[in-house]
Amino acid sequence: MTNTGTPLVELRDISISFGGIKAVDHVSVNLFAGEVVGLLGHNGAGKSTLIKCLSGAYKADSGEILINGEKAEINNPRDARSYNIETIYQTLALADNLDAASNLFLGREIVGAGGFLDDSAMESETRKILARLNPNFRKFNVPVSALSGGQRQSVAIARAVYFNAKILIMDEPTAALGPQETQMVAELIQELKKQGLGIFLIEHDIHSVMKLCDRAVVMKNGQRVGTVNVDEVTDEDILGMIIMGKKPAKAV
Amino acid sequence: MSDSKNSSASHSEDRRDGMVARFLQGTELDTRMLGMLGALALIWVAFHVYGYLSTGQGIFLSARNLWNLSVQTASIGIMATGMVLVIITRNIDLSVGSLIGVIGMLMGVLQVEILPKMVGIGHPSIWIVTVIVGIILGAVLGAFHGWLIAYRGIPSFIVTLGGLMVWRGAAFLVADGKTVAPVDATFALLGGGPYGAVGATGSWIVGVLGCLAIVWILYSGRSARQKHNIRLRPVWGDLVVGALACGTLIGAVLVVNSYPWPKGIVDAYAKANNLTVPPEGLFISHGFAIPVLIMVAVTIIMTILMTRTRFGRYVFAIGGNPEAAALAGIDTRWMTVKIFSLMGLLAGVAAIVSSARLNSATNALGNLDELYVIAAAVIGGTSLAGGVGTIYGAIIGAFIMGSLQTGMVLIGFGDGSYRSIVVGVALVLAVYLDNLYRNYIK
Repeated sequence: MTNTGTPLVELRDISISFGGIKAVDHVSVNLFAGEVVGLLGHNGAGKSTLIKCLSGAYKADSGEILINGEKAEINNPRDARSYNIETIYQTLALADNLDAASNLFLGREIVGAGGFLDDSAMESETRKILARLNPNFRKFNVPVSALSGGQRQSVAIARAVYFNAKILIMDEPTAALGPQETQMVAELIQELKKQGLGIFLIEHDIHSVMKLCDRAVVMKNGQRVGTVNVDEVTDEDILGMIIMGKKPAKAV
Repeated sequence: MSDSKNSSASHSEDRRDGMVARFLQGTELDTRMLGMLGALALIWVAFHVYGYLSTGQGIFLSARNLWNLSVQTASIGIMATGMVLVIITRNIDLSVGSLIGVIGMLMGVLQVEILPKMVGIGHPSIWIVTVIVGIILGAVLGAFHGWLIAYRGIPSFIVTLGGLMVWRGAAFLVADGKTVAPVDATFALLGGGPYGAVGATGSWIVGVLGCLAIVWILYSGRSARQKHNIRLRPVWGDLVVGALACGTLIGAVLVVNSYPWPKGIVDAYAKANNLTVPPEGLFISHGFAIPVLIMVAVTIIMTILMTRTRFGRYVFAIGGNPEAAALAGIDTRWMTVKIFSLMGLLAGVAAIVSSARLNSATNALGNLDELYVIAAAVIGGTSLAGGVGTIYGAIIGAFIMGSLQTGMVLIGFGDGSYRSIVVGVALVLAVYLDNLYRNYIK
């Protein structure tokens, strides 16, 4: 894969620390349209923290974020959304007591005359998008706490897809899923990639990374060990980067 | 609450079970609400029958008692609708009773000692200014609590426990513990009483408008679903719901209209208006009391707020998963300020109603109300774990609390100790039954 031109996203020299501990230490990462970049590392390596600077959950202490080559100000999740950045969190970030439509539109509800919520319109849109993503989805009028892990993940993904995400952040999207549902998410990632989205995928499972990602960025102790094109390296190379912080010859 | 027992008992009778299930599905009525209404009806009938058996006359289900019950419930009911929001977002407000005290005292001093000197006693602006000041004061004090909770990170339990003590003390200091009375004559109407009710014609107008509103709500809900091609309720389901709602409303009109003014008031009224009272007496209906109409208006507005607006949706989202709400771009801190401000505003409205009903302001006004308000919300199905609750539930809860209290008085257990025992047991029992119900539904 040739990545020329302006990257879709560029995180440049990002640092953030909590109480004196450098969670992310001068890390730079970029992402091109139609590309899946895996972020790997131990628990606590700083990958989730780094990506939360892009999704607006945290604000970096230093460094800058460029979207399509232009400097972007992201101070909160709302700002991130205005740049078409959507995030699917490890914890799913759904309000358990609300139904699928309310969760899908949370923070961006459809309102009708007089500023009142148009629940029928939201339910109808939710039915359409979920029919595309997960045709087996039926439970529209129950709180999402009554759904299975895969169904809940469908709702979270539908939220990103519905609002025309250009940049998608997935934080261990398959961690809570069974094999069949994991397969569904994998197919969806391929589909979204074809549509030209840029996807950051935070993942522990090396096999998923090898299968789904174009490039992989490995982090350790808040620093970037290196970036590799996954088709030029082996599982062992990546494992070596994660565990020993050893940079293979082909990494940059 | 009681229907879980009924439906499990009827499991053997498949046909009947099928009919009940079909009825519930067709009408989309909330079984929980039906259970609460059933419990309320049970309490009413039990007190009535007990009164009948022990004293020979059942007075609980008399028009007079039901009218008084509705007036007594108004203040707690108004605040309970706000407490629902507070509890849904996993907070608590212990200060509302003391807020009533301090706001009531300040309004009392304002309308008895300050405003009459400026515009003259009985001037029509007095009650309007007093009401506006009371409501704004409540909203500001509530917002202050909310700010301490959201932006200073002090738990709501602590902030409002402090508020409970501070505002009760402040209420005493406003007039050095003196009672301020009588309040402005127009203001006093907001608390009910024979003059503070809208009469027979007014009640019929309320009833007819209410029925038209019910029909319109059902119709517009139907057309919205039709437009987006979402499963419709069967026509008979809508008809049944409409008939039940309108029937209840008309029934309420008939009850309040059958409660006449007492003879003394009629005579005074006739004298003032140069009417001759016929020997058999004049029948002048009370009609709906103004504080009850205020409670109804608050209930409707709060229901719309919670079910039809973004604000309400965000309240539920924060209660269900505060982190998810924040990640969805909701400013959860500012929401907390708004929710507590709304709670304070409603405490202001309740202060108006209860000081007007008392025709005076005392520093003990609203004492222990916070506990009744919380109990009403919880009996009405608001979960202390957050995320779950309804406005109508809180109102039914307030009526259950009020009915237990009045009922105990009517059957001769007016002594405060019995009353609080019964109310306390009812609170614990209601939450226990609710747990059983939720497990059964799952």
